[in-house]
Amino acid sequence: MHIPDGFLSTPVWLTLNAVGAPAVGLLARRAQRESGDIKAPLLGVMGAFVFAAQMINFPVGMGTSGHLVGSALLAYTVGPAAAAVVMTAILALQALVFQDGGILALGANVFNMAIVGVMAAYLPYRQFGRGRMRTFAIFLGGLLSVLTAACLALSELLLSGVRMPGPVVTVSLGLILVCAVAEGAITVAVIRAIERVNAGWIRGPEAMGKPALGFIATAALLLVTLGGLVASSSPDTLESFAEQVGIADQARSLFETPFADYQARFFEADWLAQAAAGLAGLALIFGLGLGLGKLLRNRRAAGRPANAAGGD
Amino acid sequence: MHHVVLERWSRGGSFLHARDPRVKILAALAILVAIATTPPQTAAPFAAYAILLIGASAASGLPVSGVLARAAVVLPFSATFAAISWVSGDPERAAALVLKSYLSATAALVLIGTTPMPKLLLGLEKLGAPRMIVLVALFLYRYLFIVSEQAQHMLQAAAARGGLFGKARPLRFRAAGGAVAVLFGHSYQRAVGIHRAMLSRGFEGRLMPASALALTVTDALFLGGALVLAFASRLSAGAGL
Amino acid sequence: MQPVVEVSGLRFRYDDGTAALQGVDFHLFPGETVALFGANGSGKTTFVLHLNGVLTGEGRVVVCGMPVTKENLTEIRRRVGIVFQEADEQLFMPTVLDDVSFGPLNLGIEPAAAVERAKSALGDVGMLHALDKAPYHLSAGEKRRVALAGVLAMNPEILILDEPTTSLDPPGRRDLARLLGRLPQAKIIVTHDAWLARRLAVRSVFFEGGRIMGDGATDELLKRFDWECDAAEAMPARLD
Ligand SMILES: Nc1ncnc2c1ncn2[C@@H]1O[C@H](COP(=O)(O)OP(=O)(O)OP(=O)(O)O)[C@@H](O)[C@H]1O
Ligand SMILES: [Mg+2]
Repeated sequence: MHIPDGFLSTPVWLTLNAVGAPAVGLLARRAQRESGDIKAPLLGVMGAFVFAAQMINFPVGMGTSGHLVGSALLAYTVGPAAAAVVMTAILALQALVFQDGGILALGANVFNMAIVGVMAAYLPYRQFGRGRMRTFAIFLGGLLSVLTAACLALSELLLSGVRMPGPVVTVSLGLILVCAVAEGAITVAVIRAIERVNAGWIRGPEAMGKPALGFIATAALLLVTLGGLVASSSPDTLESFAEQVGIADQARSLFETPFADYQARFFEADWLAQAAAGLAGLALIFGLGLGLGKLLRNRRAAGRPANAAGGD
Repeated sequence: MHHVVLERWSRGGSFLHARDPRVKILAALAILVAIATTPPQTAAPFAAYAILLIGASAASGLPVSGVLARAAVVLPFSATFAAISWVSGDPERAAALVLKSYLSATAALVLIGTTPMPKLLLGLEKLGAPRMIVLVALFLYRYLFIVSEQAQHMLQAAAARGGLFGKARPLRFRAAGGAVAVLFGHSYQRAVGIHRAMLSRGFEGRLMPASALALTVTDALFLGGALVLAFASRLSAGAGL
Repeated sequence: MQPVVEVSGLRFRYDDGTAALQGVDFHLFPGETVALFGANGSGKTTFVLHLNGVLTGEGRVVVCGMPVTKENLTEIRRRVGIVFQEADEQLFMPTVLDDVSFGPLNLGIEPAAAVERAKSALGDVGMLHALDKAPYHLSAGEKRRVALAGVLAMNPEILILDEPTTSLDPPGRRDLARLLGRLPQAKIIVTHDAWLARRLAVRSVFFEGGRIMGDGATDELLKRFDWECDAAEAMPARLD
């Protein structure tokens, strides 16, 4: 689900841009570190492939058809960091060229699909990608990538004050689940077929950093998904929960709270202050990304042994 | 194809076409932020944004009806949510959802319709977007047409041979998986070929830019003007119209 | 005279196990033009990709007196220009001008001078009018011309063309033959086009199953391997 502009409240899109931009910058540098610009054509063509593969329909049942979303497939073929980069490029072009997803909402869409979605796809693969559980891991990866991304999107919308009655949320969740299962099955079918042609195109699961990091990531992911699900299925529960523990009060003082009922208050606030806050936020993100990039580059330049390997 | 039309638009020679991509990106962001922060219960600012955007497309020689029609791709999605909001008793938000998403899409189209993709991406890189993502987007855009065409041809060839349709579902499912895998293989082989062609022409890990960007006074003035207009439009909400 | 290309005992196997080259010996003298023939899949493309180190197999490959090794790659790729069989793979930049100046820029030439070189190369192939076009808006024949310009702009010492006449119209073929005839470089032309080979190459080489099975005068070789559809055979059977 690509969120267009105009749906998210300012605190929500600002926060997600603030989270998404540095994270993607980090992943991009990680992907680039491996091989310099030389990997760009491969990743670009893979992105074009994902676009094109969406033209091929899979029969899902009851006369409907689905298509590949691709984050899981990308994660298993080019690796998770590179997959996040490709997904980001896809989302950016979809927003710019096809008006599929917004530009200010790009941070949200990138966060949902390129960062969390890809991570969700990769974690089961990384844990169980070898041995007897492999097919299941691939299926689960595909499923989770869509499920987490869509649940996140839904909760972001609810958090922004878009109203949805209970039954609508339930139906949406049902649809999301169907799509997620379909993505799992499609990913398995495609990976099997690719392995028949050239098994070398599928990367084996590889350790990503320290094991503790993987564990934390898995836990965070589960929490996010569950939280999203709870929030989505009963927004009122979440709100009253927040009210009870006093989060709402704190949040209100933080940025006039993003929750639905306080939306009006947020907008009653001096609009100039809001706009200033918006611009300041953008500037902050920009500065952070730039600074982080510079920092990393310097550290790399200092700590890099003469990296001779040129080719692939 | 959609992006081929946009590409033709983007090669125009108007004032807006000639501006540095960086100032156009910033101007677009300004108007997007203005739209996003406009309270739902006002009408004047939305009218002002519409006039601004339509004016900009007309002034840069874009077919206005074409721009408006293309922006309508967001409507099914936002109309659905608008309907839900309406039913749950929030008609103001319903209207705002439709208006905001539609106007934002129009703003994106004016930007992309007056800036060729390579320039736009160069501008984004200069504004601090990670180089790797910019490069990947560049290659993605370059090969989008070719790989999609290949997928199209595969589907046609499959259809011509009785193809992917009409068999039992598991069979069709597997056939579709095979088709995607073949497309993957073609794409991968193509990437290998591109890599070879790049190495053959002296590529050693860093793409050299042929054209640099240069900000002019006109660009700065344009940006100033755009910011003022965006703010003024937004301000019309405060004026209580 | 010292050959500019010297290959001996070259073998190469692709990842999937295909033995594409099985012991190739070859040489090319300065200023010489050699045509490479052979059936589809006989290893011609694989062979020429070894001449600038894009692929590396077992055996000896020496170009302009330098063995093709990692240290020499930069210099060798300056001197050997390959026009690829698949034009879409070679034209990877967003516009024609960007693509043709890609090579000169990599040579370290100043952007302005690189653009000048690119324009002059585009002029040579008659594509100056398409400077700002995106490569995917070009016709197949136009793509070939631009791909050739991209290599000519680097001014290589050895020019290798993989199937240069595919999808060219007859006048385009004639123009290409004329242009190539004027260029002083040593050339290797991989082609199925007997007319082009006769016109440009005195000497030819015939590939089969990853080996060179014949090396000699073009006319003689074309006859020996029965490489032309003769007119009588090409005539359709009468209808009645
Ligand atoms: N990337 C690859 N992986 C595996 N096998 C390959 C690959 N590329 C080529 N081959 C195989 O290597 C052999 C030689 O291929 P090559 O492309 O050199 O032939 P060619 O003589 O250029 O043919 P054509 O006239 O059709 O262009 C063929 O059998 C082909 O199937
Ligand atoms: Mg070949």
